[in-house]
Amino acid sequence: MVSRFKEALESGKFVITSEVAPPKGTNLEKMMHHIDLLKDKVDALNITDHQSSVMRFPSLGGALAVIEKGGEPVMQMTCRDRNRIALEADLLFAYSRGVKNVLCLTGDAVPVGDHKEAKGVFDLDSVQLLKTIRQMMDGQDLGGNNLDGAVEFCAGAIVTPEAQPIEPQLIKFEKKIEAGAEFFQTQAIYDLENFTKFMDYAREFKTKILAGIVLLSSARMARYMTENVPGIFVPQELIDEMSAVPKEEMLAKGIEIAGRTIAALKKDAICDGVHIMAIGKEEVVPDILAAAGLS
Amino acid sequence: MKAITRQKSIEDIQESLEGLDRIFVVGCGTCTTMTKTGGVEQVEEMKERLQEMGKRVTGSTVIPTACDDMTEEAMKENEQFIRSADAILSMSCALGVHRMNLYIDKPVIPAVDTLFIGVEETPGYFREACAQCGQCILGQTAGICPITACHKGLVNGPCGGTNNGKCEVDKDKDCAWTLIYNRLKEQGRLDLMRRYQPPRNHHIVLKPRSVKIT
Repeated sequence: MVSRFKEALESGKFVITSEVAPPKGTNLEKMMHHIDLLKDKVDALNITDHQSSVMRFPSLGGALAVIEKGGEPVMQMTCRDRNRIALEADLLFAYSRGVKNVLCLTGDAVPVGDHKEAKGVFDLDSVQLLKTIRQMMDGQDLGGNNLDGAVEFCAGAIVTPEAQPIEPQLIKFEKKIEAGAEFFQTQAIYDLENFTKFMDYAREFKTKILAGIVLLSSARMARYMTENVPGIFVPQELIDEMSAVPKEEMLAKGIEIAGRTIAALKKDAICDGVHIMAIGKEEVVPDILAAAGLS
Repeated sequence: MKAITRQKSIEDIQESLEGLDRIFVVGCGTCTTMTKTGGVEQVEEMKERLQEMGKRVTGSTVIPTACDDMTEEAMKENEQFIRSADAILSMSCALGVHRMNLYIDKPVIPAVDTLFIGVEETPGYFREACAQCGQCILGQTAGICPITACHKGLVNGPCGGTNNGKCEVDKDKDCAWTLIYNRLKEQGRLDLMRRYQPPRNHHIVLKPRSVKIT
Protein backbone atom coordinates (compact mmCIF):
# COMPACT_ATOMS: atom_id res chain seq x y z
CA MET A 1 0.00 0.00 0.00
CA VAL A 2 1.33 3.42 -0.95
CA SER A 3 1.97 5.83 1.89
CA ARG A 4 -0.72 8.41 2.53
CA PHE A 5 2.00 11.02 2.77
CA LYS A 6 3.33 10.10 -0.67
CA GLU A 7 -0.17 10.32 -2.07
CA ALA A 8 -0.50 13.79 -0.58
CA LEU A 9 2.85 14.81 -2.10
CA GLU A 10 1.79 13.56 -5.49
CA SER A 11 -1.70 15.04 -5.34
CA GLY A 12 -0.37 18.53 -5.96
CA LYS A 13 -1.97 19.89 -2.78
CA PHE A 14 -0.08 22.12 -0.37
CA VAL A 15 1.31 19.51 2.03
CA ILE A 16 1.55 20.13 5.76
CA THR A 17 3.84 18.19 8.07
CA SER A 18 4.83 18.84 11.64
CA GLU A 19 6.84 16.98 14.21
CA VAL A 20 6.79 15.58 17.71
CA ALA A 21 9.74 14.70 19.90
CA PRO A 22 9.87 11.47 21.92
CA PRO A 23 10.46 11.85 25.67
CA LYS A 24 13.49 11.29 27.82
CA GLY A 25 12.10 8.24 29.61
CA THR A 26 9.10 5.98 29.32
CA ASN A 27 6.40 8.48 30.17
CA LEU A 28 4.82 8.84 26.75
CA GLU A 29 1.89 10.96 27.88
CA LYS A 30 3.04 14.26 26.42
CA MET A 31 4.12 12.75 23.09
CA MET A 32 0.79 10.88 22.83
CA HIS A 33 -1.07 14.09 23.57
CA HIS A 34 0.84 15.92 20.82
CA ILE A 35 0.13 13.08 18.39
CA ASP A 36 -3.59 13.25 19.24
CA LEU A 37 -3.56 16.99 18.84
CA LEU A 38 -1.85 17.04 15.44
CA LYS A 39 -2.41 13.75 13.62
CA ASP A 40 -5.61 14.81 11.85
CA LYS A 41 -4.43 18.35 11.12
CA VAL A 42 -1.35 17.43 9.09
CA ASP A 43 -0.48 15.09 6.22
CA ALA A 44 2.31 13.49 8.24
CA LEU A 45 4.05 13.79 11.57
CA ASN A 46 7.83 13.53 11.85
CA ILE A 47 9.27 11.74 14.86
CA THR A 48 12.70 13.07 15.73
CA ASP A 49 15.63 10.69 16.21
CA HIS A 50 17.62 11.66 19.32
CA GLN A 51 17.49 15.26 18.18
CA SER A 52 20.64 17.28 18.97
CA SER A 53 22.29 13.98 19.94
CA VAL A 54 20.24 13.83 23.15
CA MET A 55 19.31 10.25 24.08
CA ARG A 56 15.55 9.71 24.11
CA PHE A 57 12.79 7.21 23.37
CA PRO A 58 13.48 6.09 19.79
CA SER A 59 11.95 7.57 16.64
CA LEU A 60 10.83 4.09 15.59
CA GLY A 61 8.82 3.78 18.83
CA GLY A 62 7.31 7.20 18.23
CA ALA A 63 6.44 6.27 14.64
CA LEU A 64 4.61 3.15 15.84
CA ALA A 65 2.69 5.27 18.35
CA VAL A 66 1.55 7.56 15.52
CA ILE A 67 0.35 4.51 13.56
CA GLU A 68 -1.49 3.12 16.60
CA LYS A 69 -3.36 6.40 16.79
CA GLY A 70 -4.24 6.33 13.11
CA GLY A 71 -1.76 8.99 12.03
CA GLU A 72 0.87 8.99 9.30
CA PRO A 73 4.46 9.06 10.60
CA VAL A 74 7.69 10.17 8.96
CA MET A 75 10.37 8.27 10.83
CA GLN A 76 13.52 10.35 11.13
CA MET A 77 16.63 8.22 10.86
CA THR A 78 20.12 9.50 11.52
CA CYS A 79 23.39 7.75 10.71
CA ARG A 80 24.98 8.78 13.99
CA ASP A 81 24.02 5.89 16.26
CA ARG A 82 23.68 2.77 14.13
CA ASN A 83 25.87 0.97 11.64
CA ARG A 84 24.47 -0.25 8.32
CA ILE A 85 23.35 -3.58 9.79
CA ALA A 86 21.28 -1.91 12.51
CA LEU A 87 19.86 0.71 10.12
CA GLU A 88 18.76 -1.95 7.63
CA ALA A 89 17.25 -4.10 10.40
CA ASP A 90 15.29 -1.15 11.78
CA LEU A 91 14.03 -0.37 8.27
CA LEU A 92 12.78 -3.97 7.92
CA PHE A 93 11.03 -3.80 11.28
CA ALA A 94 9.61 -0.33 10.62
CA TYR A 95 8.18 -1.42 7.28
CA SER A 96 6.70 -4.61 8.76
CA ARG A 97 4.81 -2.45 11.27
CA GLY A 98 3.42 0.02 8.76
CA VAL A 99 5.97 2.85 8.74
CA LYS A 100 6.10 4.04 5.15
CA ASN A 101 8.03 7.31 5.26
CA VAL A 102 11.63 7.86 6.28
CA LEU A 103 13.61 11.08 6.56
CA CYS A 104 17.31 10.32 6.08
CA LEU A 105 19.71 12.48 8.04
CA THR A 106 23.41 12.41 8.77
CA GLY A 107 22.67 13.35 12.39
CA ASP A 108 24.14 15.96 14.69
CA ALA A 109 27.60 15.41 16.08
CA VAL A 110 27.78 13.41 19.31
CA PRO A 111 29.60 16.11 21.35
CA VAL A 112 26.70 18.59 20.98
CA GLY A 113 24.42 16.18 22.89
CA ASP A 114 24.16 14.68 26.37
CA HIS A 115 26.32 11.57 25.87
CA LYS A 116 29.48 13.41 24.93
CA GLU A 117 31.81 10.42 25.21
CA ALA A 118 29.74 8.09 23.00
CA LYS A 119 31.07 6.83 19.70
CA GLY A 120 29.64 8.59 16.66
CA VAL A 121 29.00 5.82 14.15
CA PHE A 122 28.44 7.45 10.72
CA ASP A 123 29.03 4.10 8.99
CA LEU A 124 26.72 5.49 6.29
CA ASP A 125 25.92 9.11 5.45
CA SER A 126 22.54 10.53 4.44
CA VAL A 127 23.17 9.99 0.71
CA GLN A 128 24.24 6.41 1.26
CA LEU A 129 21.22 5.76 3.53
CA LEU A 130 18.88 7.00 0.79
CA LYS A 131 20.58 4.70 -1.66
CA THR A 132 20.39 1.81 0.81
CA ILE A 133 16.61 2.28 0.99
CA ARG A 134 16.41 2.16 -2.83
CA GLN A 135 18.42 -1.04 -2.86
CA MET A 136 16.21 -2.59 -0.16
CA MET A 137 13.14 -1.56 -2.17
CA ASP A 138 14.66 -3.51 -5.04
CA GLY A 139 14.86 -6.52 -2.74
CA GLN A 140 18.52 -6.45 -1.79
CA ASP A 141 20.45 -5.56 1.33
CA LEU A 142 23.79 -3.72 1.37
CA GLY A 143 25.64 -7.02 1.54
CA GLY A 144 24.17 -7.87 -1.87
CA ASN A 145 21.87 -10.55 -0.44
CA ASN A 146 18.27 -11.02 -1.50
CA LEU A 147 15.61 -10.03 1.01
CA ASP A 148 12.78 -12.42 1.72
CA GLY A 149 10.19 -9.67 1.47
CA ALA A 150 11.31 -6.22 0.38
CA VAL A 151 10.43 -2.79 1.79
CA GLU A 152 8.60 0.13 0.26
CA PHE A 153 9.31 3.60 1.59
CA CYS A 154 8.79 7.19 0.62
CA ALA A 155 12.28 8.43 1.48
CA GLY A 156 13.24 12.04 1.97
CA ALA A 157 16.05 14.23 3.19
CA ILE A 158 16.82 17.73 4.35
CA VAL A 159 18.42 20.74 2.72
CA THR A 160 19.58 24.06 4.15
CA PRO A 161 18.65 26.87 1.73
CA GLU A 162 20.41 29.53 3.85
CA ALA A 163 23.70 27.63 4.25
CA GLN A 164 26.86 29.67 3.85
CA PRO A 165 28.49 28.86 1.50
CA ILE A 166 25.51 27.37 -0.35
CA GLU A 167 27.25 25.65 -3.28
CA PRO A 168 28.61 22.58 -1.41
CA GLN A 169 25.11 22.07 0.11
CA LEU A 170 23.51 22.19 -3.32
CA ILE A 171 25.88 19.57 -4.66
CA LYS A 172 24.82 17.32 -1.79
CA PHE A 173 21.15 18.20 -2.40
CA GLU A 174 21.52 16.97 -5.97
CA LYS A 175 23.30 13.82 -4.82
CA LYS A 176 20.39 13.13 -2.45
CA ILE A 177 17.91 13.47 -5.31
CA GLU A 178 19.96 11.10 -7.45
CA ALA A 179 20.04 8.69 -4.49
CA GLY A 180 16.24 8.67 -4.40
CA ALA A 181 15.03 11.53 -2.17
CA GLU A 182 11.37 12.04 -3.09
CA PHE A 183 10.89 14.97 -0.74
CA PHE A 184 12.87 17.52 1.23
CA GLN A 185 12.01 19.22 4.49
CA THR A 186 14.19 22.30 4.68
CA GLN A 187 16.02 23.87 7.58
CA ALA A 188 14.05 26.84 8.95
CA ILE A 189 13.53 29.65 6.46
CA TYR A 190 12.41 33.19 7.31
CA ASP A 191 13.50 35.26 4.33
CA LEU A 192 11.00 34.62 1.56
CA GLU A 193 13.05 36.40 -1.06
CA ASN A 194 16.07 34.18 -0.41
CA PHE A 195 13.87 31.09 -0.27
CA THR A 196 12.18 31.96 -3.55
CA LYS A 197 15.62 32.17 -5.17
CA PHE A 198 16.44 28.74 -3.78
CA MET A 199 13.14 27.40 -5.13
CA ASP A 200 13.86 28.83 -8.58
CA TYR A 201 16.88 26.53 -8.57
CA ALA A 202 15.24 23.54 -6.80
CA ARG A 203 12.21 23.52 -9.14
CA GLU A 204 14.48 22.11 -11.84
CA PHE A 205 14.58 18.81 -10.00
CA LYS A 206 11.98 16.12 -9.70
CA THR A 207 11.37 16.21 -5.96
CA LYS A 208 9.00 17.89 -3.51
CA ILE A 209 10.12 20.70 -1.21
CA LEU A 210 8.46 21.42 2.13
CA ALA A 211 9.70 24.69 3.63
CA GLY A 212 10.87 24.47 7.24
CA ILE A 213 8.87 26.74 9.54
CA VAL A 214 10.34 27.09 13.02
CA LEU A 215 8.14 29.00 15.45
CA LEU A 216 9.83 32.07 16.91
CA SER A 217 8.77 32.13 20.56
CA SER A 218 10.71 35.23 21.61
CA ALA A 219 12.93 37.98 20.24
CA ARG A 220 15.80 36.43 22.16
CA MET A 221 15.30 33.08 20.45
CA ALA A 222 15.18 34.78 17.04
CA ARG A 223 18.46 36.55 17.74
CA TYR A 224 20.07 33.41 19.13
CA MET A 225 19.09 31.33 16.10
CA THR A 226 20.34 33.75 13.51
CA GLU A 227 23.62 34.19 15.39
CA ASN A 228 24.28 30.60 16.42
CA VAL A 229 22.34 27.98 14.50
CA PRO A 230 24.05 26.84 11.30
CA GLY A 231 22.04 27.65 8.18
CA ILE A 232 19.42 29.84 9.87
CA PHE A 233 18.98 33.47 8.91
CA VAL A 234 16.31 35.56 10.64
CA PRO A 235 15.98 38.97 8.92
CA GLN A 236 16.44 41.98 11.22
CA GLU A 237 12.91 43.23 10.53
CA LEU A 238 11.46 40.01 11.99
CA ILE A 239 13.64 40.35 15.08
CA ASP A 240 12.49 43.98 15.38
CA GLU A 241 8.89 42.92 14.94
CA MET A 242 9.26 40.38 17.77
CA SER A 243 11.06 42.91 19.98
CA ALA A 244 8.34 45.52 19.48
CA VAL A 245 5.72 43.54 21.42
CA PRO A 246 5.63 42.95 25.19
CA LYS A 247 7.15 39.70 26.39
CA GLU A 248 3.82 38.01 27.07
CA GLU A 249 2.69 38.67 23.50
CA MET A 250 5.83 37.41 21.80
CA LEU A 251 4.56 33.87 21.33
CA ALA A 252 1.38 35.18 19.69
CA LYS A 253 3.55 37.34 17.43
CA GLY A 254 5.67 34.30 16.53
CA ILE A 255 2.51 32.36 15.65
CA GLU A 256 1.33 35.27 13.50
CA ILE A 257 4.71 35.41 11.67
CA ALA A 258 4.74 31.64 11.09
CA GLY A 259 1.13 31.74 9.89
CA ARG A 260 1.66 34.57 7.46
CA THR A 261 4.88 32.96 6.11
CA ILE A 262 2.97 29.75 5.41
CA ALA A 263 0.08 31.67 3.83
CA ALA A 264 2.50 33.53 1.54
CA LEU A 265 4.28 30.34 0.50
CA LYS A 266 0.93 28.73 -0.32
CA LYS A 267 -0.60 31.74 -2.05
CA ASP A 268 2.26 32.14 -4.51
CA ALA A 269 2.83 28.37 -4.77
CA ILE A 270 6.48 28.97 -3.95
CA CYS A 271 7.01 25.41 -2.71
CA ASP A 272 5.07 22.15 -2.30
CA GLY A 273 4.22 22.53 1.36
CA VAL A 274 5.60 23.28 4.80
CA HIS A 275 7.14 21.40 7.69
CA ILE A 276 6.22 23.09 10.97
CA MET A 277 8.62 22.72 13.88
CA ALA A 278 7.30 24.21 17.10
CA ILE A 279 10.20 22.85 19.21
CA GLY A 280 8.58 22.23 22.59
CA LYS A 281 5.50 24.33 21.80
CA GLU A 282 3.59 21.71 19.81
CA GLU A 283 0.39 22.87 21.54
CA VAL A 284 0.28 25.94 19.33
CA VAL A 285 0.70 24.22 15.96
CA PRO A 286 -3.10 24.31 15.42
CA ASP A 287 -2.94 28.08 16.09
CA ILE A 288 -0.20 28.45 13.47
CA LEU A 289 -2.37 26.55 10.98
CA ALA A 290 -5.32 28.79 11.84
CA ALA A 291 -3.14 31.89 11.40
CA ALA A 292 -2.15 30.54 7.98
CA GLY A 293 -5.82 30.07 7.07
CA LEU A 294 -5.33 26.33 6.82
CA SER A 295 -7.71 24.95 9.44
CA MET B 1 54.22 12.15 10.02
CA LYS B 2 54.51 11.84 13.78
CA ALA B 3 52.79 10.21 16.71
CA ILE B 4 51.20 13.09 18.61
CA THR B 5 51.12 12.49 22.34
CA ARG B 6 49.97 14.14 25.55
CA GLN B 7 51.43 13.49 28.97
CA LYS B 8 49.13 11.70 31.41
CA SER B 9 48.32 13.51 34.64
CA ILE B 10 50.81 12.92 37.43
CA GLU B 11 47.97 11.37 39.48
CA ASP B 12 47.29 8.81 36.72
CA ILE B 13 50.99 8.01 36.50
CA GLN B 14 51.23 7.61 40.26
CA GLU B 15 48.22 5.28 40.25
CA SER B 16 49.64 3.07 37.48
CA LEU B 17 52.96 2.84 39.35
CA GLU B 18 51.32 1.63 42.56
CA GLY B 19 53.44 -1.07 44.17
CA LEU B 20 56.29 -0.40 41.74
CA ASP B 21 59.02 1.46 43.62
CA ARG B 22 62.12 1.32 41.45
CA ILE B 23 61.62 2.98 38.08
CA PHE B 24 63.70 3.26 34.91
CA VAL B 25 62.53 6.15 32.67
CA VAL B 26 62.66 6.01 28.87
CA GLY B 27 62.10 8.97 26.55
CA CYS B 28 62.19 9.25 22.77
CA GLY B 29 64.31 11.56 20.66
CA THR B 30 61.78 11.83 17.84
CA CYS B 31 58.02 12.36 18.24
CA THR B 32 57.76 12.95 22.00
CA THR B 33 60.77 15.27 21.85
CA MET B 34 59.00 17.31 19.19
CA THR B 35 55.75 17.46 21.19
CA LYS B 36 57.69 18.12 24.43
CA THR B 37 56.11 15.13 26.12
CA GLY B 38 59.11 12.79 26.37
CA GLY B 39 62.37 14.46 25.34
CA VAL B 40 65.49 14.94 27.48
CA GLU B 41 64.00 17.84 29.42
CA GLN B 42 60.69 16.11 30.20
CA VAL B 43 62.50 12.91 31.23
CA GLU B 44 64.55 14.91 33.74
CA GLU B 45 61.40 16.60 35.07
CA MET B 46 59.66 13.23 35.37
CA LYS B 47 62.57 11.84 37.37
CA GLU B 48 62.12 14.66 39.87
CA ARG B 49 58.35 14.06 40.07
CA LEU B 50 58.99 10.34 40.68
CA GLN B 51 61.42 11.12 43.48
CA GLU B 52 58.84 13.45 45.03
CA MET B 53 56.44 10.50 44.95
CA GLY B 54 59.00 8.52 46.91
CA LYS B 55 60.10 6.39 43.98
CA ARG B 56 63.68 5.37 43.37
CA VAL B 57 64.88 6.17 39.83
CA THR B 58 67.37 3.50 38.77
CA GLY B 59 68.31 5.36 35.57
CA SER B 60 67.00 6.86 32.36
CA THR B 61 67.67 7.08 28.66
CA VAL B 62 66.28 8.86 25.63
CA ILE B 63 66.22 6.46 22.67
CA PRO B 64 66.75 8.30 19.32
CA THR B 65 63.64 6.60 17.86
CA ALA B 66 61.89 4.30 20.28
CA CYS B 67 59.70 2.63 17.62
CA ASP B 68 62.52 0.94 15.67
CA ASP B 69 65.33 -1.50 16.44
CA MET B 70 67.40 1.11 18.28
CA THR B 71 65.18 0.22 21.21
CA GLU B 72 66.73 -3.23 21.47
CA GLU B 73 70.22 -1.71 21.66
CA ALA B 74 69.12 0.85 24.23
CA MET B 75 67.60 -1.89 26.37
CA LYS B 76 70.86 -3.85 26.19
CA GLU B 77 73.03 -0.84 27.00
CA ASN B 78 70.96 -0.09 30.09
CA GLU B 79 70.39 -3.71 31.05
CA GLN B 80 71.81 -3.49 34.60
CA PHE B 81 69.75 -0.39 35.50
CA ILE B 82 66.62 -1.88 33.99
CA ARG B 83 67.18 -5.19 35.76
CA SER B 84 67.30 -3.43 39.10
CA ALA B 85 64.05 -1.60 38.39
CA ASP B 86 60.49 -2.84 39.07
CA ALA B 87 59.18 -1.17 35.91
CA ILE B 88 59.95 1.09 32.97
CA LEU B 89 58.06 4.35 32.72
CA SER B 90 57.80 5.08 28.99
CA MET B 91 57.68 8.64 27.73
CA SER B 92 57.62 7.51 24.10
CA CYS B 93 54.43 6.96 22.10
CA ALA B 94 52.60 3.63 22.29
CA LEU B 95 54.75 2.27 19.47
CA GLY B 96 57.78 2.63 21.75
CA VAL B 97 55.92 0.83 24.55
CA HIS B 98 55.27 -2.06 22.17
CA ARG B 99 58.91 -2.16 21.12
CA MET B 100 60.21 -2.20 24.69
CA ASN B 101 57.81 -5.00 25.55
CA LEU B 102 59.47 -7.12 22.84
CA TYR B 103 62.87 -6.99 24.55
CA ILE B 104 62.30 -6.95 28.28
CA ASP B 105 60.14 -8.77 30.78
CA LYS B 106 59.61 -5.84 33.13
CA PRO B 107 56.29 -4.02 33.06
CA VAL B 108 56.37 -1.01 30.72
CA ILE B 109 54.02 1.73 31.93
CA PRO B 110 53.06 4.54 29.53
CA ALA B 111 53.40 8.09 30.87
CA VAL B 112 51.85 9.59 27.73
CA ASP B 113 48.69 9.00 25.71
CA THR B 114 49.08 8.61 21.96
CA LEU B 115 46.42 10.86 20.46
CA PHE B 116 46.80 10.59 16.69
CA ILE B 117 49.19 10.46 13.80
CA GLY B 118 49.69 14.00 12.57
CA VAL B 119 51.80 16.71 11.08
CA GLU B 120 53.12 19.94 12.58
CA GLU B 121 51.43 22.51 10.35
CA THR B 122 52.79 25.59 12.06
CA PRO B 123 55.22 25.58 15.01
CA GLY B 124 53.51 23.88 17.94
CA TYR B 125 50.27 23.17 16.02
CA PHE B 126 49.74 19.49 15.26
CA ARG B 127 46.89 18.25 13.11
CA GLU B 128 45.74 14.72 12.34
CA ALA B 129 46.61 13.99 8.75
CA CYS B 130 45.79 10.34 8.14
CA ALA B 131 43.51 7.81 9.82
CA GLN B 132 45.07 4.89 7.91
CA CYS B 133 41.69 3.87 6.48
CA GLY B 134 43.31 1.83 3.71
CA GLN B 135 41.24 3.34 0.88
CA CYS B 136 42.75 6.68 0.08
CA ILE B 137 40.45 9.14 -1.70
CA LEU B 138 42.77 12.17 -1.48
CA GLY B 139 42.95 12.16 -5.28
CA GLN B 140 39.24 12.95 -5.42
CA THR B 141 39.13 15.43 -2.54
CA ALA B 142 41.84 17.88 -3.59
CA GLY B 143 44.32 16.42 -1.12
CA ILE B 144 42.12 17.20 1.93
CA CYS B 145 41.08 14.07 3.80
CA PRO B 146 37.38 14.02 4.76
CA ILE B 147 37.94 10.94 6.93
CA THR B 148 40.24 12.88 9.26
CA ALA B 149 39.31 16.54 8.60
CA CYS B 150 35.50 16.10 8.84
CA HIS B 151 34.26 15.39 12.38
CA LYS B 152 31.84 12.77 11.04
CA GLY B 153 34.19 11.40 8.38
CA LEU B 154 31.61 12.08 5.66
CA VAL B 155 32.55 11.21 2.09
CA ASN B 156 29.62 12.62 0.09
CA GLY B 157 29.75 16.30 1.02
CA PRO B 158 29.08 18.54 4.03
CA CYS B 159 26.46 17.97 6.72
CA GLY B 160 23.93 20.62 7.71
CA GLY B 161 26.00 21.63 10.72
CA THR B 162 28.54 23.56 8.69
CA ASN B 163 28.38 27.32 9.16
CA ASN B 164 30.35 29.94 7.28
CA GLY B 165 32.99 27.36 6.48
CA LYS B 166 33.33 26.20 10.09
CA CYS B 167 32.41 22.94 11.85
CA GLU B 168 29.44 22.44 14.18
CA VAL B 169 31.58 20.86 16.89
CA ASP B 170 34.08 23.73 17.08
CA LYS B 171 33.76 27.18 15.54
CA ASP B 172 37.55 27.34 15.28
CA LYS B 173 37.73 24.26 13.09
CA ASP B 174 37.34 24.51 9.33
CA CYS B 175 34.59 22.51 7.62
CA ALA B 176 36.53 19.94 5.61
CA TRP B 177 33.96 19.95 2.83
CA THR B 178 34.07 23.72 2.42
CA LEU B 179 37.86 23.42 2.02
CA ILE B 180 37.46 20.53 -0.41
CA TYR B 181 34.81 22.41 -2.39
CA ASN B 182 36.95 25.56 -2.68
CA ARG B 183 40.01 23.66 -3.74
CA LEU B 184 38.24 21.44 -6.28
CA LYS B 185 36.61 24.55 -7.71
CA GLU B 186 40.01 26.21 -8.12
CA GLN B 187 41.25 23.10 -9.85
CA GLY B 188 38.20 22.97 -12.10
CA ARG B 189 37.40 19.48 -10.80
CA LEU B 190 34.05 19.93 -9.02
CA ASP B 191 32.68 16.96 -10.95
CA LEU B 192 34.61 14.80 -8.45
CA MET B 193 32.47 16.13 -5.59
CA ARG B 194 29.31 15.27 -7.51
CA ARG B 195 30.40 11.67 -7.76
CA TYR B 196 28.62 9.25 -5.40
CA GLN B 197 30.96 7.68 -2.87
CA PRO B 198 29.70 4.26 -1.74
CA PRO B 199 29.80 3.11 1.91
CA ARG B 200 33.35 2.52 3.16
CA ASN B 201 34.86 -0.89 3.73
CA HIS B 202 35.93 -1.01 7.38
CA HIS B 203 37.82 -4.26 6.90
CA ILE B 204 40.26 -3.47 4.08
CA VAL B 205 42.86 -5.13 6.29
CA LEU B 206 41.18 -7.39 8.80
CA LYS B 207 41.71 -6.36 12.42
CA PRO B 208 44.07 -6.99 14.15
CA ARG B 209 45.81 -5.40 11.17
CA SER B 210 49.05 -6.74 9.77
CA VAL B 211 50.56 -7.23 6.33
CA LYS B 212 53.43 -9.37 5.16
CA ILE B 213 55.64 -7.87 2.45
CA THR B 214 57.37 -10.51 0.36
